[in-house]
Amino acid sequence: MSDTAVIELRDLRKRFEPRPDLAQRILTMAGKTMPKRTVHAVNGVDLTLARGEVVGLVGESGCGKSTLGRMVAGLIRPTEGTVTYKGRDAATLTGRDKLDYTLGVQMIFQDPQASLNPRQRLHKILGESLRVHKLAAAKDVPARVDQALSEVGLSAEYRDRFPHQISGGQRQRIGIARALMVQPSFLVCDEPVAALDVSIQAQVINLFMDLRDRHGFTYLFISHDLGVVRHISDRVAIMYLGRIVEIAPAREIFARANHPYTQALLTEMPNVAQRGRNFTPIKGEIPSPLNPPSGCTFHPRCPHAMPRCKVEAPKLEDIAPGHRSACFLNDTSAA
Amino acid sequence: MSQDKTLLDVRGLRTAFHTEAGAWPAVDGVDFTVRRGEIVGLVGESGSGKSVTGFSLIGLIDPPGEVVAGEVIFDGVDLCKQTEEQLRKLRGDRIAMIFQDPLMTLNPVLKVGEQMREAIFTHYPKTTRKQADARCVEALEMVGIPSAATRLDNYPHEFSGGMRQRVAIAIAMLNQPELIIADEPTTALDVTIQGQILYQMQKLCRAHDTALIWITHDLGVVAELADRVAVMYAGRIVETGTVDEVLSAPRHPYTRGLLDSMPSTAEPGQRLHQIDGMAPTLAGREIGCAFRPRCPNAIARCAEVPPENTVEGERSYRCYVPLVQELV
Repeated sequence: MSDTAVIELRDLRKRFEPRPDLAQRILTMAGKTMPKRTVHAVNGVDLTLARGEVVGLVGESGCGKSTLGRMVAGLIRPTEGTVTYKGRDAATLTGRDKLDYTLGVQMIFQDPQASLNPRQRLHKILGESLRVHKLAAAKDVPARVDQALSEVGLSAEYRDRFPHQISGGQRQRIGIARALMVQPSFLVCDEPVAALDVSIQAQVINLFMDLRDRHGFTYLFISHDLGVVRHISDRVAIMYLGRIVEIAPAREIFARANHPYTQALLTEMPNVAQRGRNFTPIKGEIPSPLNPPSGCTFHPRCPHAMPRCKVEAPKLEDIAPGHRSACFLNDTSAA
Repeated sequence: MSQDKTLLDVRGLRTAFHTEAGAWPAVDGVDFTVRRGEIVGLVGESGSGKSVTGFSLIGLIDPPGEVVAGEVIFDGVDLCKQTEEQLRKLRGDRIAMIFQDPLMTLNPVLKVGEQMREAIFTHYPKTTRKQADARCVEALEMVGIPSAATRLDNYPHEFSGGMRQRVAIAIAMLNQPELIIADEPTTALDVTIQGQILYQMQKLCRAHDTALIWITHDLGVVAELADRVAVMYAGRIVETGTVDEVLSAPRHPYTRGLLDSMPSTAEPGQRLHQIDGMAPTLAGREIGCAFRPRCPNAIARCAEVPPENTVEGERSYRCYVPLVQELV
């Protein structure tokens, strides 16, 4: 597998420690020890993405899926663990190799409005990376911009518009076109269709699939929407409070979800084919990553929780070919 | 037409926004009815006028917006003809509203208990503090907030997003309204939390025979929750009927298009059906059917006169070339 791996994550962790506020700083100076409020945003993730593969990463707010995406794209540094790009540790890359990584892995954000400079015309936004990295001669930039526009289904007349002059769906297309400018091979898409209406969402999802067919891109597709993820992904990873709790081929996970959290998510996924449902919710809140529950972090909400789940964290283990799940219910030796 | 069961009857509602360039109709002739205890899903994409419709019902449209025509008959009384004073008596008592962002409902500097009591005292000034507190605790417990009595002393920021929305629902339910208008109440929430809210709403509406207008863009939620559905496009209801009629055998090509665009209805990995183009802006609407430029079945007549409402039993639609598809 590893010879085709584009990105390999090994025991990746990211902790955030909020800066102490004024009151806390004064108290510390006065000699009082303050408890550290550490957020374990990503807490030990192993994941391999093979070339040309689409991996959907699903989870609810605060589970660390965006933080994970940003580490893969090299936008933030992991606290521990490694991101390996084409077999080499991304943290040790320098010069040409480092550029190959930063350009090869591009990120597409949820809110295209926030990621586009409102005072620049679209051709300036799109051409900037070429100019900064000197990837094309100045005279070739306009042609490259037009080419990227046509790739995402926009006509060349959009090149002189400002971001506020186009619709939300078109803005997302510009976000994609900008990523394409540097000819990447890997796209990290962070909730790229969450802000779009259903009919526009379908257009953008189709665009992602066309681009994959055309260029053989590898995607890490981050979303909270299981319907979207099922549609576009080869494999699906489910995250809960900083950990991957289940990962399997898309068909497998939707047909035979193993982890109780995955099962709950699938039950709660709204389904147009269903009528007059009697809702029975999963109990409890999503816990704060500041103060995660002990053992298996899902145990306070889990209908099958056992005493063991409170003290020990289950490991991600193979339960079928390509299907891994982190749940003690699979542990038959203990029974 | 069981007349006595009809709680809300909206006829020819038009809400326009006055601008320098003229009056743009965000809601352009909307008719629908809601019966007692019924859940009606009002579905549409951004800019379709679904939220403006909801706000218009209880006079929450601020200038430059204005309800320019139509009747909103609630239990025999036309709300459009009521004074602000009369409307205020109705709001929060017989009709309640839940917004997408609960922070819009909740005052950040008042304890939740104070805000809840206020809703009671405003409408029932003779209630004692003790009775009011008991009602608040009961309402919070109904929406599944643990240790409700102590939570009354918390400020809104001390609740999580899902909890805040449940507090907003509890406030809406305090005076046991006959109608709740809910504007995208679960859109900002995670699915597991959305499930909890839907569960509470369904339970509460069943327990008190409360009618509910659920404004959303999510057809999946409507399919599971609602009894009837109205689909809005460019300020008009283009199709309405029971959930089963509209979502299983839509007549309007827009409804069909929306359903087909949903990734969950398609075979994984296949291209999704897409509605080409985009929804018209207020200024750019067609003279004829607003959906015509995106419609695969449009005929010459569609460009000339907007189609009238065709009534077919419980359901109705606005289309010259309706899809024929029978309920299985």
